[in-house]
Amino acid sequence: MTDSVEFESSMMSVPDKTLLGLYWTMLRIRKVQLKIAEHYHEDEMHTPVHLCIGQEAIAAGVCANLRTEDYVFSNHRGHGHYLAKGGDLNALIAELHNKEKGCSRGRGGSMHLIDTSVGLLGSSSIVGGGVPIATGAALGAVLRKSDQVSVAFLGDAATEEGIVFESISFAVLKQLPVIFVCENNFYAVYTPLNKRQSHDDIYRHFEGLSIPCFRVDGNNVLETYSIAQEAIERARSGDGPSFLECRTYRMTDHHGGESGVEVGYRTQAEVDHWSAKCPVECYERFLIEKRVLSFEDVKVVGDQIDSEIESAFEYARSSPLPDGDGVLRYVMAE
Amino acid sequence: MDWSKNLIEEYELNSGIDIANETRKVSYTVAVREALDYALAEDESIFVMGQGVDDPSGMFGITLDLDKKYGSHRVFDTPLSENALTGIAIGASLTGMRPVYMHNRPDFLLMAMDQIVNHASKWSYMFGGHISVPIVIHATVGRGWGGAAQHTQTLQGLFMHVPGLHLVMPSTPFDAKGLILSAIADNNPTIIIEHRWLYRQSGHVPEGPYAIPFGRGVVRRIGKDVTIVAISYMVVEAMQAAEELSAEGINVEIIDPRTLKPLDEEIILQSVQKTGRLIIADTGWKTGGVGAEIAAMVAEKGFEYLKAPVKRVASLDIPTPACYVLEDRFYAGKANIVSCCKEILSVNTY
Repeated sequence: MTDSVEFESSMMSVPDKTLLGLYWTMLRIRKVQLKIAEHYHEDEMHTPVHLCIGQEAIAAGVCANLRTEDYVFSNHRGHGHYLAKGGDLNALIAELHNKEKGCSRGRGGSMHLIDTSVGLLGSSSIVGGGVPIATGAALGAVLRKSDQVSVAFLGDAATEEGIVFESISFAVLKQLPVIFVCENNFYAVYTPLNKRQSHDDIYRHFEGLSIPCFRVDGNNVLETYSIAQEAIERARSGDGPSFLECRTYRMTDHHGGESGVEVGYRTQAEVDHWSAKCPVECYERFLIEKRVLSFEDVKVVGDQIDSEIESAFEYARSSPLPDGDGVLRYVMAE
Repeated sequence: MDWSKNLIEEYELNSGIDIANETRKVSYTVAVREALDYALAEDESIFVMGQGVDDPSGMFGITLDLDKKYGSHRVFDTPLSENALTGIAIGASLTGMRPVYMHNRPDFLLMAMDQIVNHASKWSYMFGGHISVPIVIHATVGRGWGGAAQHTQTLQGLFMHVPGLHLVMPSTPFDAKGLILSAIADNNPTIIIEHRWLYRQSGHVPEGPYAIPFGRGVVRRIGKDVTIVAISYMVVEAMQAAEELSAEGINVEIIDPRTLKPLDEEIILQSVQKTGRLIIADTGWKTGGVGAEIAAMVAEKGFEYLKAPVKRVASLDIPTPACYVLEDRFYAGKANIVSCCKEILSVNTY
């Protein structure tokens, strides 16, 4: 593994607008996460936040290829997926603050994000649990003769659940338009991958099912974007599912905003190694080098995002909590 | 789903419907198949899946040849992967489809408890009602011929415990047809548990479609001495027990709740108010089961009506044995209900 991220080879044919869009999406996810981490200790967000700092390139690179009506299913670490798919920022921050105007009306919290208006139909915090549901959404699309595709975001530990194998097997059998995007961050809470699996080439687990499987540098947004693009095009044109193992690293602890080094399950050297491969900073440097982005742009874009986030926090803080008398609502649909 | 709303409203209008005047008699399996057939014809979003739904036996006959009529894309066999397939049904339902997932045995639903309990039952609430899961999960309880511990389980107690699910247990062909149509049209996950021995029954069933509302029990037999709330196949046993008891001058009232979730509490409480005595006869285990829940409900809401302690007729709290000598002891039936009635009538402490 190299200590830097190589963008050049994936850059060809990606228009400047897309290059900048990917940057904006990643930076926005990063800044939202940092803001959450900054305020989390104030205990105004009563919800276990699983930050995706360090993993932004995967959500951004995959979702940039999706249409609004395409489906995405997320997991417990879902802020990035939600934002990359176009989920409403105010509703996200309000949900973290347990508010009625949250995306799940305060019933879900950080691990249960939804925005049906952009095709994010839910997030499961049972590891692997959202994978068959994403597969089923793809089946739904086929049965309705629609050309929508479905994306299942899953972590490395989800591949230890039988349901993921079952889902992929069915997706291949029926050639469903679903893309399985595995974010391999090498940890399940504090348990490293090498204590859980016999080897770390997760993409190889499913090759026997005859599904196209790829290993992707998940810290390289352009590589992720281009491999996801091919997978999504295959799915949309009826050529079935794909599996992407996107290698990345969770810069913060399993939940909350600390690094996890103080807990003792990983070393500062390991964190530093991955810091050098920061998907946002490396990509920013690359765009500046290529003159797609200027220092001035970085500041302007950053300030815009900061003020958007500031107002989302204000919105969340000032909006009402759910009425306690509404506790029974939504158990059953009308 | 308009077609179903119309069906339910029609049923409400005719709620005094005297099914005994219906001259058409069909078997339970035909009634179930008619419901699926009607739903598939009526609504393109409905599909039926499950292991063996398109095989030559048509899952006891209830799905027979539906694949030929509606195509293998709408009626299809599945891998065994019960947990994933349940999630796949959930996912399809989130996009506007209405899957009916059929199982030969409820025992296999235990493989899918993650998707049923962690996902289907919670998806509406967890996301603030922004989305719902209109799926039907159908399973048939087996009994006899040495089916043993893993092919005969009656798991309604487990499902009744979980918020966010409907739980339906029809005992007659008429109810099976009407409740399946309601289940398919409902916007929530619904578990239907049928009993294989009920498939032997025939009954009056209108040829056309109708939908029976959830949460509406029926009085199967009017009586004044003891209330028996009978679940699923136990309705058959209770009706036979009632005949025998009437020869001795004991008149039992039999209530069939038809759906356990929602439960028609009113019909049970009204009956207990009249009789003062309650027996719950369930096909499942006694401990922590349906009988326990109904007994607790009556203790909370109708304690003053009771003239004697509530009694439960249920299976022994053991895995089902294979040998028929042991199996006979395991299952409760008519004889248990008869003796339970006599026992409860001998008590008058309140």
